[in-house]
Amino acid sequence: MGEIGGARNSIEKLVESELSGLMPRIVEDIKMAFTKYGISYEKAKHMLKIIKDEIENNTIDPGEAVGIVAAQSIGEPSTQMTLRTFHYAGVRELNVTLGLPRLIELVDAKKTPSTPLTYIYLLPEYNNREKAIEIARKIELTRIINVALKVDVDLFNNVIVLTLDPSMLIDKGVSVDDVVKSLQKHLKKTNITISEENPNEIIIQFEEPIDPIKVESIRDKILNIKIKGIKGINKVVIQKRGDEYVLVCEGSNLRELMDVEGIDYRRIRTNNIKEVEEILGIEAARSLLIEEMINVLEEQGLDVNIRHVMLVADIMTRTGTVKPIGRHGVAGSKDSVLAKAAFEVTVKQLVDAAVHGDMDLLRGIAENVIIGNYIPVGTAKVKLVYNPYMG
Amino acid sequence: MDPKLGAIEPGQTCPICGNSIRACPGHFGHIELALPVVNVLFVKNIYELLRATCNKCGRIKIAPQDAERYIRYLKRLKDRYPYLARRFSEYVKKQAIKASKCPHCGAEQPKIKLEKPTTFVEYYEERKAMIRLNPLIIRSRLERIPNEDLEILGYDSKDSRPEWMVFTVLPVPPTSIRPSILIETGIRSEDDLTHKLVDIIRTNERLREHIVSGAPQIIIDDLWELLQYHVTTYLDNEVPGLPPAKHRSGRPLKTLVQRLKGKEGRFRGNLSGKRVDYSARTVISPDPYLSINEVGIPIDVAKTLTVPERVTDLNIDELRRHILNGPEKWPGANYIVTQDGRRIDLRYVKDRKSIAESLAPGYIVERHLKDGDIVIFNRQPSLHRMSMMGHVVKVLPGRTFRLHLAVCPPYNADFDGDEMNLHVPQTEEARAEARYLLKVQYNILTPRYGGIIIGGIQDYISGAYMLTIKSTLLTREEVMELLASSGIVKEPLEPAILSPKRLWIGKQIVSMFLPEDFDYQGRANISSGPLKCEDIECFWDSFVLVRKGKLLLGVIDKKIIGAEQQESLLYWLAKEYGIEFTTKFIDHIFRMFIKILEKRGFTLKLDDVAIDMATKSNMYSLLNESFKRVEELVQKYVEGTLEVVPGRSLEESLEIKILEVLAEARDRAGEEAVSNLNPFNHAFIMARTGARGNVLNLTQMAATLGQMTVRGERIWRGYMGRTLPHFKKNDLGPIARGFVVNSFFNGLSVTEMFMHAAGGREGLVDTAVRTSQSGYMQRRLINALQDLYVEYDYTVRDSTGSIIQFIYGEDGADPSKTPYTTIINVDRIVGKVIGWGR
Repeated sequence: MGEIGGARNSIEKLVESELSGLMPRIVEDIKMAFTKYGISYEKAKHMLKIIKDEIENNTIDPGEAVGIVAAQSIGEPSTQMTLRTFHYAGVRELNVTLGLPRLIELVDAKKTPSTPLTYIYLLPEYNNREKAIEIARKIELTRIINVALKVDVDLFNNVIVLTLDPSMLIDKGVSVDDVVKSLQKHLKKTNITISEENPNEIIIQFEEPIDPIKVESIRDKILNIKIKGIKGINKVVIQKRGDEYVLVCEGSNLRELMDVEGIDYRRIRTNNIKEVEEILGIEAARSLLIEEMINVLEEQGLDVNIRHVMLVADIMTRTGTVKPIGRHGVAGSKDSVLAKAAFEVTVKQLVDAAVHGDMDLLRGIAENVIIGNYIPVGTAKVKLVYNPYMG
Repeated sequence: MDPKLGAIEPGQTCPICGNSIRACPGHFGHIELALPVVNVLFVKNIYELLRATCNKCGRIKIAPQDAERYIRYLKRLKDRYPYLARRFSEYVKKQAIKASKCPHCGAEQPKIKLEKPTTFVEYYEERKAMIRLNPLIIRSRLERIPNEDLEILGYDSKDSRPEWMVFTVLPVPPTSIRPSILIETGIRSEDDLTHKLVDIIRTNERLREHIVSGAPQIIIDDLWELLQYHVTTYLDNEVPGLPPAKHRSGRPLKTLVQRLKGKEGRFRGNLSGKRVDYSARTVISPDPYLSINEVGIPIDVAKTLTVPERVTDLNIDELRRHILNGPEKWPGANYIVTQDGRRIDLRYVKDRKSIAESLAPGYIVERHLKDGDIVIFNRQPSLHRMSMMGHVVKVLPGRTFRLHLAVCPPYNADFDGDEMNLHVPQTEEARAEARYLLKVQYNILTPRYGGIIIGGIQDYISGAYMLTIKSTLLTREEVMELLASSGIVKEPLEPAILSPKRLWIGKQIVSMFLPEDFDYQGRANISSGPLKCEDIECFWDSFVLVRKGKLLLGVIDKKIIGAEQQESLLYWLAKEYGIEFTTKFIDHIFRMFIKILEKRGFTLKLDDVAIDMATKSNMYSLLNESFKRVEELVQKYVEGTLEVVPGRSLEESLEIKILEVLAEARDRAGEEAVSNLNPFNHAFIMARTGARGNVLNLTQMAATLGQMTVRGERIWRGYMGRTLPHFKKNDLGPIARGFVVNSFFNGLSVTEMFMHAAGGREGLVDTAVRTSQSGYMQRRLINALQDLYVEYDYTVRDSTGSIIQFIYGEDGADPSKTPYTTIINVDRIVGKVIGWGR
């Protein structure tokens, strides 16, 4: 054992010394592969030479216009995407925006996605069906409208009679008392009682006469009163993944969900980038942005190297906030007047530049195209010239 | 037209600069306005300034001590964070606007309102008075604002004083900017700008006369308003709230702002992109006998496009021959540029011989395009860099551009009438870059995912499959014919079958093209469903194994030599033997793949999708079964006993379930039909190998089209309660809601055809909408990312030098060379060194 261990050690040392300056992750990978295949010292030495050549070969060339390549690599396949907004993503109860609309949404850094979703994992001690249902009921936003059967307004007696649906009450796990309590909390100057003839009827007696004009708005107000749950979580579906229960929620509200007992706040996941930025920070937002974009592309069966997506995510998040790609975000905060004028809202850019006495340093691509110079990337980035008459 | 505005006619000398039309840039004139008018473009700024400053003393409405602090703060910000400085100025401006009393002179400030587009009104609330501010007052107020206060507000006092936002003198652009057009009939037609200037001058003169003659104030005000209107529309003819100035014909005039704005405007239409010389455009057609690096060019095009070539001792004889040929005969020359810069047009030279004689080193000859020149070939939409690639010229008879079929995928080209553009680089640097960076062979690997983007398509794949299947046995003559077609001269290997007849198998022939130490293994495209194979124990010949340059096992199809495939045989060839080799490989072996099809014949016939009666009845019983299940579902729905999908309504649940049943019905019917097709059926071969079409297409041709959908739902729109009058009301059955039982082979019934059209329409609309959306997204992406490049320290930076990424892609790997997530594939290297045995 000792001998093999020693040999392994020397190989690892060799790898480290040969590949110093490389990223630790890659060095680790190589070490692991060598161990896996049980490679001898001599062979390792030979292989390291090949690996070094290969790495040098596979490294990006300085000057490469990686931005344009990234933009094209994402833009070109997007023409092949389907426009169909809705697709069943595992859960057929919920709709998920995918494809081009979702990609545009991500690039636009929309405040809320058109179909916000949250995946909630549970702590190990809560990982059983009963507890999952309990938590699901607790977080699902339940309003009176969800459990009401009908609302009768009696203007003559200043009374509104609310009839509840017993089956829905059971389904949502709400008792009539819960409803009364939340009504009492939200409605002032009223007397709320449960009807004697029907236990599912709630009588709301108003102290002041009901204004006939406002009947509709009062009705709506009553129906929208929250009984329990978390704001924004409109629907919860329980899924079993492997031996784990996952709560899939329509809507998102990270701040409050992470506080709920039994929810594993470390693994909670939403597709709302702005919310993640606000609560978990910009790095988390960047990771989510990359993940979501890759997801969209993969779901459509399109191959895009992750490096392109990372670059897009990086340019969107580099100021510390998520900025959209477009005239209100990344493109609009450029330094060059000409570049901005060539993109969108030409005249406004020129007028502003005149007022502020702006100067264009002509360092970007668009500016140099406009004035007819070489663009400062790739082969034209190089400023060295060989002088054959020197030395 | 005033000649002092610049020379506009040939032969005319400019009285100002003394130049002729070629060199005179044109000179500005001016109109002195009788009364000042506001510049619409700056109305917003004027509005801000009027509100932010005192109407009495002209100072910014910020307390002096605060102002001082702000200035210091702003100066510091300006150097380091210009963007923040601007935001800060916005904030200060807001503060100033809020103040209702001047902190400098203590004057009460009235509210100022902007009545769009150009009128300002002051409201005195306590007096309930309203005063209209005319441009004279505005200008005098703006004049009073001191320079220091402007700095705080972010205005540049040196180059843009605010009173300049009110015109007293209007500049008149030179005529070269607004040329008049002479129509054939001799009628002069003036430019829109000139028309507008005429309006301004006319109104201005009338106004001046009225002022001099002491006309009543109302008349003067009216004329003043009119002058304001004309100046406004002269600048921008699309101001909201103003009727656009129109031409006599009713066409709105195109004035200054309209010239700059939008896609066809000066910036996007003339500065960021230009029309160019030395380019050609025509229809494309295929030519499998070209190299992938080549492009076939019609002689007519070659005679028009020219390459400037400097005369040296080495090429003087060659160029003399070109000159002697002249512009009409290919390969000739069109122009000669002498050392003193004189251009000689060979079309008008009578004695070409003497010109050719006088040719000396240092001259430049603009000669015809000829074989071996490099050109840039392009097909729109240019979505990625592979939409413009360098090709080597091959002049051919005919009138179309010819290209190799393997380069269709990167251009996304086909030959149903597509046209492509061609550009001839004119400088040595451009030619060098085109030849060593842009040529097709350097674009075999796409930077999008590092895979092969140039490779076999359609018939190449069918051909490769036909050649490499086990049943293909070739005689010596056939082998020779194939090899000859590929243009390779080699002694064939020992035949695989020696007796009773010497016969070669296709795999042997393919092996002749592979390098001798090449190893490869992978699953072919046919390896799916019943033909699936995971390793070399493969009965179906669907696992490809190459050892030491010999194709030992497996058929060649899309996964092995196809375009846009990852980890294919072609990919590893390119990776390990270089693109030079791969290019040759593609050039040669692909010709052979076509040849075998030419010899055998390969086509799709009606019988290929015909199914026998037994299968047909099986299929129909399957469909009937499903229809019954749908009926049951509907029955349950009507009774209200249908199980509801959680979170869905009853109707939605029914629809979901019916769609599931019918989709399964189509698949099963398709399976039934396809499994009864002859495995050597050409349509089936094409679908299996990935050459063209898929099993779904076969199903629709042979078995049934299945459910037609619009927006993912069964078709339900149309009349009340039914889709077509052929059905009963509220019929929820499959037929009434767009299930097409017939196949394309059978032909569709009337109602089916209608449903199919509804589904097909959605597809068309979808594509139309999608292209515009994704196009705009790509434009935005490009604009946001265009300035990024990799610095020598492998950081990614933008044009100002700020860092976006510290190492490109977190490991500095080139995406076109690393299809995997890590920069190297250790497993493959290990396999290569210690062998694949394990």
